[in-house]
Amino acid sequence: MTTATTHDTHHEEHRRGLMRWITTTNHKDIGTLYLLLSLLMFMVGGAMAMVIRAELFEPGLQFVEPQFFNSMTTMHALIMIFGAVMPAFVGLANWLIPMMIGAPDMALPRLNNWSFWILPFAFTILLSTLFMDGGAPAGGWTMYPPLVMQTGNAFPFLIFAVHLMGISSIMGAINVIVTIVNMRAPGMTMMKMPLFVWTWLITAYLLIATMPVLAGAVTMLLTDRFFDTSFFNAAGGGDPVMYQHIFWFFGHPEVYILILPAFGIVSQIIPTFSRKPLFGYSSMVYATASIAFLSFIVWAHHMFTVGMPLTGELFFMYATMLIAVPTGVKVFNWVSTMWRGAMTFETPMLFALGFVVMFTIGGFSGLMLAMAPVDFQYHDTYFVVAHFHYVLVTGAVFAIMGATYFWLPKWTGHMYNEKLGKLHFWLSTISVNVLFFPQHFLGLAGMPRRIPDYSVQFAGFNEISSIGGFAFGLTQLLFVYIVFKTIAGGEKATDQVWEGAYGLEWTLSSPPPYHSFSIAPDVK
Amino acid sequence: MLVNKIKRTLTAAAAMTALLGATNAAADYALNLTTGVTPISREAHTLHMLILEVCIGIGVVVFGAMFISIVRHRKSRGVQPAQFHESTAVEILWTVVPFLILVGMAIPATKALVAMEDTSDADISIKVTGYQWRWGYDYVDSGISFISSLATPKDQIYNKAEKGEHYLLEVDKPVVVPVNKKVRLLITANDVIHAWWVPQLGMKKDAIPGYINEMWFKIDKEGTYRGQCAELCGKDHGFMPIVVVAKNEADYAQWVAEQKGTASAEKQAAQRTWSKDELVARGETVYNTSCAACHQANGEGVSGAFPALKGSAIATGPVADHLALVMHGKPGTAMAAFANQLSDVELAAVVTFERNAWGNNVGDLVQPSDVKAAR
Amino acid sequence: MSRNLQEAKRRTLRHTLLIVGLMSLFVFALVPLYGVLCDVTGLNGKPRNAPQRTVDISPDTSRTVTVEFLASVNESMPWDFRPSVARMTVHPGQVRQTSFVARNRSAHAMVGQAIPSVSPGLAALHFKKTECFCFTEQKFISGEEREMPLVFMVDKDLPEHISTVTLAYTFFDKQKVVD
Repeated sequence: MTTATTHDTHHEEHRRGLMRWITTTNHKDIGTLYLLLSLLMFMVGGAMAMVIRAELFEPGLQFVEPQFFNSMTTMHALIMIFGAVMPAFVGLANWLIPMMIGAPDMALPRLNNWSFWILPFAFTILLSTLFMDGGAPAGGWTMYPPLVMQTGNAFPFLIFAVHLMGISSIMGAINVIVTIVNMRAPGMTMMKMPLFVWTWLITAYLLIATMPVLAGAVTMLLTDRFFDTSFFNAAGGGDPVMYQHIFWFFGHPEVYILILPAFGIVSQIIPTFSRKPLFGYSSMVYATASIAFLSFIVWAHHMFTVGMPLTGELFFMYATMLIAVPTGVKVFNWVSTMWRGAMTFETPMLFALGFVVMFTIGGFSGLMLAMAPVDFQYHDTYFVVAHFHYVLVTGAVFAIMGATYFWLPKWTGHMYNEKLGKLHFWLSTISVNVLFFPQHFLGLAGMPRRIPDYSVQFAGFNEISSIGGFAFGLTQLLFVYIVFKTIAGGEKATDQVWEGAYGLEWTLSSPPPYHSFSIAPDVK
Repeated sequence: MLVNKIKRTLTAAAAMTALLGATNAAADYALNLTTGVTPISREAHTLHMLILEVCIGIGVVVFGAMFISIVRHRKSRGVQPAQFHESTAVEILWTVVPFLILVGMAIPATKALVAMEDTSDADISIKVTGYQWRWGYDYVDSGISFISSLATPKDQIYNKAEKGEHYLLEVDKPVVVPVNKKVRLLITANDVIHAWWVPQLGMKKDAIPGYINEMWFKIDKEGTYRGQCAELCGKDHGFMPIVVVAKNEADYAQWVAEQKGTASAEKQAAQRTWSKDELVARGETVYNTSCAACHQANGEGVSGAFPALKGSAIATGPVADHLALVMHGKPGTAMAAFANQLSDVELAAVVTFERNAWGNNVGDLVQPSDVKAAR
Repeated sequence: MSRNLQEAKRRTLRHTLLIVGLMSLFVFALVPLYGVLCDVTGLNGKPRNAPQRTVDISPDTSRTVTVEFLASVNESMPWDFRPSVARMTVHPGQVRQTSFVARNRSAHAMVGQAIPSVSPGLAALHFKKTECFCFTEQKFISGEEREMPLVFMVDKDLPEHISTVTLAYTFFDKQKVVD
């Protein structure tokens, strides 16, 4: 370390109160900020989901008007994707990557500070649209024109908020790449890196490649509305379907941005509690890379119904089905890791096992959706809603919760309450399946998504789903309680924390020193 | 946890298999995709069952291995963990086998897709137009043309009345088609993107403004089939159902004749002079299907979004301005132009209704002939 | 921190920024690229909206194709718009003429732009127009009705399996677009 950097950070350690958090350039502080923001947004987005499930509890309009209902689905998606899941992963990257690769901090600490502090502004802007004339955006998170052009005063704010989130993600991703490429301890070769680091490296490349695409697409929406361009306006020679192509060119890799770090987390947790090395480390790395590559050539499977020529539909169907191969490899590897291990079932392991099972169910429905001739039936129904909630809630969110239980003792120096943790897992798992499994049936029976009211034949499963939804929502308050209780105090955690824990982060004290590895460790 | 999971998966699988070919769309707890009433919907259903069974098969193997591992390889049983962590042979095997399974599924899927996209040699072509929030149908050959709107009363939606059997899936004028004829739909939209979907016909297609999309079906069973718009299209996306009535050839021919008769009756009706009561009565029906979604049944609108008509300057001002606004809409707002969607009689009636309802007692009225002159 | 590390970090930073920059350009390059892709593959069923030379005009009389005409107006604009005939039977390679009739029903002059769309999308590549009202904006004074000619040819490369081609025009209100 140069004296200059030491000097900088030295100053910060003396800052107290609010200013410490506003000016911090420390990877752990910023990681904490990201995770807290993510938890807050998870609650806000969750509250919106409760509104949605309350309205759908029975047929008829009870609580909200259709326009506001559409705002809720739109905002729920934007908040959960950009506010809850992505910041949680960036927070975990901040906390863990330097500790895992033997670095003192992230490579670009000031950039790190900016990339976080943009987010509260972005979400304040986004949430403020709820109070604007014409209401919050209600055209769906995909913002398809021409519908999105009917957004009221909220329109430019929506675009601006998306731009800010994009800039934040790009800066965060750049930081991750620069850190991983340059800050590894001597001996930490690429193929020795923990899988969490690998998956994040690949995710970061996906981010810098696709976020500019989203930013470009929404910029075109903005100029179409305010500056007379005709990118997506058929009257001026534009094409609204082109927006969908551009959006999903971003959107499909985005799906993997939301799941690859979860793969990484699960690949850390399962070996630890199986007391056995991860099976097929290198095939895991290659599988992740192939998923990332394939994610760029399958986008149009989100648009099978727009009327593509047969050859286009066939190409996107085949390419999409192909993704099942590397994804399958990952699942088989996880199961093989458990095989003939010596397993224990602490909360993080429970979440990881829940992830493997329920993510795989989401993968199965994904494979079904890939089949274009049947997708004409599934498309835009609750079957799709069930599918992506299985991969995003019981996939990404379960992995994030598992990661929280796994590393919280390391971060805080306190053990969480194992009984409450297990209770949280079981309540979540039962309620989330009551919530989302019936939605498969609803979709197959013909219920379209994004509708505030439905025909009476769908009443039974909607009621069950809503009950599951409320239970899942309430259960997450328990999670908040457990996390804050652990931060406040608890049984002292050892440095190793878990018997089978393996990796550099477990060689540090719990909680770790302010600068993770001031002296680079030697990796054999 | 796994026990539960597997149990749940198996129960669902068993239930689905039991329901193979015997689904009832009206059942309260329908589990599976409909087999439908067209060759395409049956094809989709067969493929759906095939891939579902493959997934369940893989699921049983994977979750089974995991389950055995969880039961037997746990530390509490005092096992020593093995240390193996790779096996090239096994890894190649589970890359190749899934790939072959996928190829096996891609072949029937490709065949089905080719059949679905073959819209050639249709017997009847119907142009379908998506409007916010109703469907328009134009029979290309017979010239029959009408708008099909939600027929469910607002009272049912707002829980003031008992919900009917086909709540939200009923329209004022259904699309009528003959059975055993290849019907080709030419789908487009007037404002934003919609999607035309009737599950039992096995296909959905987006309706995109400025573009034309095609799909086809050949229904082999007389009956009434219901569906909904499947692409988010704004406020009343959930309230623009589709009803298709499939009739035998004779009944269909009769329907076509009736429609042509109705069109000429409507023409005659437009030529006579209507009384105020007649206009108001007809106008109320038109208002409820075409206007009440935004301006509300009580004419009070929605503050900040849709203006009130009760006591408004337009509805109590000069009659010509009022009529012109209804006919041509207000650019840049949600107020659509109704000249193409409503007939002379309907336009005259709805304007007359608006000028004489909710205490807007202007007293004047618009005759169908006035509308014709204003066109 | 050594000088080397600073240098290395800067190098990585440059390459990531380069990717961000290239992708930002790429998204705007997608607009013309998409146009080219559609012209080549008929991805979106948009026929070329400009006069095309019809080189070989000897018709292939062994084959007939049905051409259907549809007319719509967007956002319920107050125009009547219809094809003069609903369908024609043509031979590939044969130059044919038909027309569409439009009337401005509103009380003021309006400018419309007709946008063509062909289904199936693949046929768009093989649907050639030498004269069309869709090439330019059309101004109609209040109450004006006009018959507008369309001269077209379905070329002989039209794939064998396509026997019906639908040509749909949608009139868009040009002023509304500019507003």
